[in-house]
Amino acid sequence: MSLPASIRRSMFETMVRSRLWDDQLTKQYWIDKTPVFAFGAGPLPGELHTSHGQEPVGAGVCAALRDEDMITTGHRPHHIAVARGVDLKEMSAELFGKKSGLSGGRGGHMHLYDKRVNFSSSGIIAEGLGPAAGMAFARKMQKKSGVALSFLGDGAVNQGAFHEVMNIVGLHKLPFICVIEDNKWAVTTHKSMSTACERNSDRAGNYGMVGEFVEGNDPESIYLATQRALERAKSGEGGTILEIETVRLSGHFMGDPAGYITGKKSEYQVDPVPVYRARLIAEGILTEQEASDIEKVVGAEVDEAITFALEADYPDAADAVNCTFA
Amino acid sequence: MSTKEAAPWESPTSGESRSRSLTICRAQREAVDWEMANDDRVFMMGEDVAGFGGVFGTADGLGDKFGLDRVIDMPISETGWIGMAAGAAMEGMRPIIELAYVDFIGVCYNAIVNHAAKTHFMSGGQFKVPMVLISGTGAGYSNAAQHSQCLHATLAHMPGLKVVSPTNAYDAKGMMHTAIRDDNFVVFLVHKGASGVGFMGPLVQTSLSDVPEGDYTVPFGKVKVYKEGTDVTLAGVGLAVHQAIESADSLAKMGISAEVVDIRSLVPLDREGIIDSVAKTGRLVVADEDYHSYGLSGEVIASVIERDASIFKAPPQRVCIPDVSIPFSRPLEYSILPLEKRITSAALKTIENIL
Repeated sequence: MSLPASIRRSMFETMVRSRLWDDQLTKQYWIDKTPVFAFGAGPLPGELHTSHGQEPVGAGVCAALRDEDMITTGHRPHHIAVARGVDLKEMSAELFGKKSGLSGGRGGHMHLYDKRVNFSSSGIIAEGLGPAAGMAFARKMQKKSGVALSFLGDGAVNQGAFHEVMNIVGLHKLPFICVIEDNKWAVTTHKSMSTACERNSDRAGNYGMVGEFVEGNDPESIYLATQRALERAKSGEGGTILEIETVRLSGHFMGDPAGYITGKKSEYQVDPVPVYRARLIAEGILTEQEASDIEKVVGAEVDEAITFALEADYPDAADAVNCTFA
Repeated sequence: MSTKEAAPWESPTSGESRSRSLTICRAQREAVDWEMANDDRVFMMGEDVAGFGGVFGTADGLGDKFGLDRVIDMPISETGWIGMAAGAAMEGMRPIIELAYVDFIGVCYNAIVNHAAKTHFMSGGQFKVPMVLISGTGAGYSNAAQHSQCLHATLAHMPGLKVVSPTNAYDAKGMMHTAIRDDNFVVFLVHKGASGVGFMGPLVQTSLSDVPEGDYTVPFGKVKVYKEGTDVTLAGVGLAVHQAIESADSLAKMGISAEVVDIRSLVPLDREGIIDSVAKTGRLVVADEDYHSYGLSGEVIASVIERDASIFKAPPQRVCIPDVSIPFSRPLEYSILPLEKRITSAALKTIENIL
């Protein structure tokens, strides 16, 4: 099945936006972190888990969503946040700990929230599932439309929260999609060493859910699978476990040399951004010039967001004690 | 728990608000009932709440009245459904959830402290999490180390959640109204021994009170002075307050005038209220059925000292669970509880110190 050209171009643009943003963040991240590496040093401090390689998941899933749908993500949220349309300037400012950040610099890169686009995060593995299911539950009680999606890695499936929440989703036929990003790595432990089954989507039947495994790190297959899951959720058929084969091109976090990946690179561990670019050009969806133009325009937008963040003010230190309670 | 009492919605309606003597669990349940009837956003979720009415009677009859869509039985998956409650609250609902025994926070502590408690802060105030977690605390009935703890300090230590623990029926109802209407996450703890639940034996008479039928609120962050006195302040929380009341009676027979202060709200903590009492008596005993170290008792004493170390006429005393797990066997268990005799001895120690 072929998707409309506008959606295909838009997904490419989203992947480029996520990639160029992550590239810029990487550049900023290393400022003042050499020769001695310290998480806390430099203008972009803290742990940083970039999404290099996983862009098709954010682009493909989010392109299929509607405004009323809700998302929770994990500790590697950039590609999903960008695809969901979280404000790039405010998100950049948040990562740099600035006052004009999404949460005024209280959250940082692993704890991104943007209520305007129903987006929230949890840095605790698999624990965004419960809140997402609760959001779906709320909409069901309120008789409002909206499907909740929670993104997690394949390693997160081995958390108890996954099994607890999937059972409840199945029991209550909640409008819910569990998106497992199968990048094969739980920090430094390979899926083959941590997970007793090959495909976590196979577990779905035991929870009264539908399971789909999407091969190839291809935004178009991901888009179509998401559409099917959304249809099931909207029609009251309940939840889907969507396991998406993807790739983590970087280490677990910035500064992780990922030596453990050497020699274990699977054949699909290729960069999906140039692959999709070449495909759209080959299929006549984009010309080389149009692809370059997208990269140029999006690049300028990303640069503007980073500049906005760099130039923004830090919060008043005295503000640290505020905002604990409503 | 009184089983003869007609359910409130079955009571004949009268023009004026009557009051009746109720137990804590029945009074707090009335507040839940009222809020559910008046606010579509409020729902209840937990284990054994819909048909059984909650292990400690906190949801008695609510499933029948409001239906299974609003009083929802959940599987034994606390990290799952407490996380869900946080998400539902983020989407505009006001969940009331019940974790029967506070000891079980071990299996859902992340959902409690990393989600429900932190989301407002981490989102810079974009998302509010208005939910109430009801849980039973306390020892004294041979239920041993995993079903007898209070653990209020383990919760109160964490930023972003309010922790209250009423010790009488009037406060229980008013504080439950306050909890449900609060835009924050509130942990509502009731000592099982004082709640009035049927299988805990005789009622603690000082936990019963006249409770108006209508709705009313009792604010958080205000101590309640149960009994005024001039020689020593006995401050406590939960069942220990009732033991302190007995202790005040014993002390009175010795000619010592004790003031009994029910802390009742750990977060926010009414430091001023406690200091006012100690300023009057100059002596302080904190009775707390939580563990001795790193807990409420130390917090209360430190709060007074930070304000004015010279306020004490004698070193303050703590009557808590020594830092051991709660034993099963009755003589072992009773030896470590903050019972009347231990509180009285501690009070006498503060008096003797200046005699």
